[in-house]
Amino acid sequence: MTTKVQMPVTTSEKMGSTDASASGVSPVLTLVAGWLVPGAGHALLGKWVRAALLMASIVGMFAIGIALQGKVYTPNTGEPLDMLGFAGDLGSGLLYFVARVLGWGQAPVLVAVADYGTKFIVVAGLLNIVAAVDAHSLASGRKQA
Amino acid sequence: MNLSHFSAVLLFSLFTSIVFGITQRAEPKKMMRFGAFCFVLFVAGTVAASWVMWLIKP
Repeated sequence: MTTKVQMPVTTSEKMGSTDASASGVSPVLTLVAGWLVPGAGHALLGKWVRAALLMASIVGMFAIGIALQGKVYTPNTGEPLDMLGFAGDLGSGLLYFVARVLGWGQAPVLVAVADYGTKFIVVAGLLNIVAAVDAHSLASGRKQA
Repeated sequence: MNLSHFSAVLLFSLFTSIVFGITQRAEPKKMMRFGAFCFVLFVAGTVAASWVMWLIKP
């Protein structure tokens, strides 16, 4: 007497690949590249249009935030809201470090529009994290290309 | 640079909707539809919230 046992199918097997990486590009590499440079994760996967749109959106949002004289948060201020703002800003990757090195966003926020700028900068960082995780999901086969 | 409140809303909604559309859907057609849906929700939600604030002001 024989018993049929059905084994669970992994995501990579469903996609027709037995590799850990469905695309041939390391998922971790796409995650890190996408974090450092907006859209770079999708560019590594050959998704050029998506990469260009993501880069234009995230860099555009960050640049508008700086142009509106928004605040770029710094670590170790001791204020919980500043820490959250710093975590959001850090999501922009290299853009954040460039802004810090060049001294952008260090002026005090005095008008409502500058406060909008602060939010633009934080949200640009958060959107970049979403984009980098999406690139990771595409590379690992978790999301269909 | 100086933006009106409404133009800031439009820019915020545009950029955010593009990223949401690309990352939350798998096919290009669905990406565009979801991005447009998010954009309309962002703008309409802001306008609606503005009217609510105007109505409840003391």
